[in-house]
Amino acid sequence: MQKPETLTIQSSADVVLVRQAVRRVAIEIGFGLVDQTKIVTAASELARNTLDYGGGGTVQLEALQEGLKRGLKLTFEDQGPGIPDIELALKDGFTTGNGLGMGLSGAKRLASEFEIESCVGVGTRVTIVRWK
Amino acid sequence: MERIPILQMGNFLIVTIQVDMHDQLAMTLQDDLTNRISQTSAHGVLIDISALEIVDSFIGRVLGNIAKMAQVLDAKTVVVGMQPAVAITLVELGLSLTGIRTALNVEKGMALLQASTDPTTDSQVTATKGHLDDNAEA
Repeated sequence: MQKPETLTIQSSADVVLVRQAVRRVAIEIGFGLVDQTKIVTAASELARNTLDYGGGGTVQLEALQEGLKRGLKLTFEDQGPGIPDIELALKDGFTTGNGLGMGLSGAKRLASEFEIESCVGVGTRVTIVRWK
Repeated sequence: MERIPILQMGNFLIVTIQVDMHDQLAMTLQDDLTNRISQTSAHGVLIDISALEIVDSFIGRVLGNIAKMAQVLDAKTVVVGMQPAVAITLVELGLSLTGIRTALNVEKGMALLQASTDPTTDSQVTATKGHLDDNAEA
């Protein structure tokens, strides 16, 4: 199994690089085209959140194996202002930026597992896993 | 500066997105297209996204904005060539691309634009258009 890989997210060009890296690892793991597209789209939403709301941060890509099951785990971290009300942030259509408010909720729907931790003034960590 | 080319063919503008767009590039396309519609008095815009491997909420918003701005400038927009995996993902993401007309490929998209901008097929178009507008307002 490959070692985890960490990328920085500091510009909108980095969001594209994250998409490409996630696609590459998803192909290595053997994801089909639909699974690849779902995890890459979720990664794009979360990378943009990290940049726009977190002021930049990192993403860690990790290939998982549980028995015969293979998966891809992505961990987005930033040291931004944090999310005061996570439940509200996860609502469809809620946004404090200029997006559609589908980023966080959409990424959650596209992932098999979704976890978010946020502390106001400290930062935010979002972890998603998609199993093959 | 990096830009996505806009081609003119008669009354129509044609854009084929061949790169993995970053957000700024998508915004530039939105501005460029809106300006070109105004400069050329184009009646239709065809956007080919067959090379796009994902459409996330940002790209979805930009496509929606382009269609709305074009509408205000009296031009129709058709988005063509969406890959099946992209369509599946879009629906799961929760984006319906409300108000955007789509066609399977460039040929069908051009036919749709031609039909909707040709004055001789007015009655037929009104029927189709009325139905689509209902959806857009829902």
